[in-house]
Amino acid sequence: MEWETVIGLEVHAQLQTRSKIFSGSSTAYGAEPNTQASLIDLGYPGMLPVLNKEAVRMAVKLGLAIGAKVSERSVFARKNYFYPDLPKGYQISQYELPVVYEGSMDIELDDGSTKTIGVTRAHLEEDAGKSLHEGFETMTGIDLNRAGTPLLEIVSEPDLRSPKEAVAYMKKLHSLVRYLEICDGNMQEGSFRCDANVSVRPKGQKEFGTRTEIKNVNSFRFVEKAIEYEVERQIDLLESGGTVVQETRLYDPGKGETRSMRTKEEANDYRYFPDPDLLPLEIESSFVETVRADLPELPDEKKARFQGDYGLNAYDAGVLTATREMGDFYEAVVKASGGDPKLAANWVMGDFSGFMNKDGVELEAAPVTAEGLAGLIKRIEDKTISGKIAKDVFEAMWNGEGDADTIIDKKGLKQITDSSAIEPIIDEVIANNPEQLEQYRAGKDKLFGFFVGQVMKASKGKANPQQVNELLKKKL
Amino acid sequence: MSLDNDDVRHIAHLARLGVDEADLAGYARDLSDILRFVETMNSVDTGSVEPLAHPIDMAQRLRPDTVTEDNQRELFQALAPAVEDGLYLVPRVIE
Repeated sequence: MEWETVIGLEVHAQLQTRSKIFSGSSTAYGAEPNTQASLIDLGYPGMLPVLNKEAVRMAVKLGLAIGAKVSERSVFARKNYFYPDLPKGYQISQYELPVVYEGSMDIELDDGSTKTIGVTRAHLEEDAGKSLHEGFETMTGIDLNRAGTPLLEIVSEPDLRSPKEAVAYMKKLHSLVRYLEICDGNMQEGSFRCDANVSVRPKGQKEFGTRTEIKNVNSFRFVEKAIEYEVERQIDLLESGGTVVQETRLYDPGKGETRSMRTKEEANDYRYFPDPDLLPLEIESSFVETVRADLPELPDEKKARFQGDYGLNAYDAGVLTATREMGDFYEAVVKASGGDPKLAANWVMGDFSGFMNKDGVELEAAPVTAEGLAGLIKRIEDKTISGKIAKDVFEAMWNGEGDADTIIDKKGLKQITDSSAIEPIIDEVIANNPEQLEQYRAGKDKLFGFFVGQVMKASKGKANPQQVNELLKKKL
Repeated sequence: MSLDNDDVRHIAHLARLGVDEADLAGYARDLSDILRFVETMNSVDTGSVEPLAHPIDMAQRLRPDTVTEDNQRELFQALAPAVEDGLYLVPRVIE
């Protein structure tokens, strides 16, 4: 039987506010345990939460960026469950009336087509603390620094049909929250994590199959792997006559499998009810309009503009707009070099990104600046150096040996464009390879490349390739 | 609706409360009385009444995003039954 996969994602994005969602504690990552946990975060009786305006602004920002509706009035609710890293015994979240609802995002599929994925809702809530199970024999250690960090939970419609689509959606959202500067997107630190609801159904069937929820996956690769595993598990189960149990599962990256988190206990009953400590959140249209006026250029807009302004293809424009920083960097290179935007794109996406990946450095920390790279591109365009030599110059720049002009000078890499200097080299190469010359003249055209190679080698790569071609043709 | 001993045991478990077997019957009777009281209230027609989550007709006030809390870990942890390396210790929660 042919099966169809149905996936919905719940992404938790930590909002990059300075203070917590309901208290004045710092949200900075990596502090000593429990040094950023105030009486409110600790759940002391009688403490009253007060909502952080910046968290609201960030939620609205996301709402506008995905074409969603912003609730004029939304309500905070208590989600009740017991876990030691949740000291109040409930999480303040939103249930019936979320702050943002009914948006959508376009994702690009492998075949180049786009697909619109519905976003059901995005709601504000507080993060829980952290439980540390290792290192204490019969005890669990609790760090409540994270308790009360603002989260925006972004819930998609079950519109995703493959692990690849799920990853594309997650990446798109990841790029978007960073463009909006509402979340740092640091997945290792858990700032951006995802739960995946997965089910399968016979192709053509309207009703959804029973779903399972894979909790807290914090890398793109793991999301793909976890869903792939889960889909296969469910299909195997159904094909061998079994049934899928609705449950929460955990992905184990080491073993590459998901496993049930269910204890003998029955399904959670969160007993949601409006939090009496928090009055309804009212958002005026003037506030929404202020946020709208402040929106940056969004990834899709930037991509379209790059295609139009710089004549880039969709793929290149997509890569160069994946992050706001990358887009800004590319534009700075184009502007400073004043030359061919396609050449600039190739350099940014090619050698520059390659070295960044190799050394594992972020754009801000890269040793070559946009102006520096533009200086190199200028020398390619005015034919001072060939593209091949430029790669060596770039490596020297990356290693801190100076700017392009300094390195070209110091290493004597200036391209030879004087034919009277190239001709003797060609003559020598021809004289040294009589056999090949004979074969070439006998009709073995392929050997032309051999001669070009030899001349380039003899000139240490400095001869202008076009001129070498022309002169060689004449001489051979 | 009335609750039996099994119901009480179940509810106590969900609430993480330890209840003595001998007290189950008493709790079952009291809780059933409360539920009967709710049933009485349920018989009132509230079709035309908006649910009231908050008694004051006001909107949530928002605070500016500034850090106002200092580290008072020592003070707070003085009240905790067990701490180590700055962590609160609780009975182990996973196997």
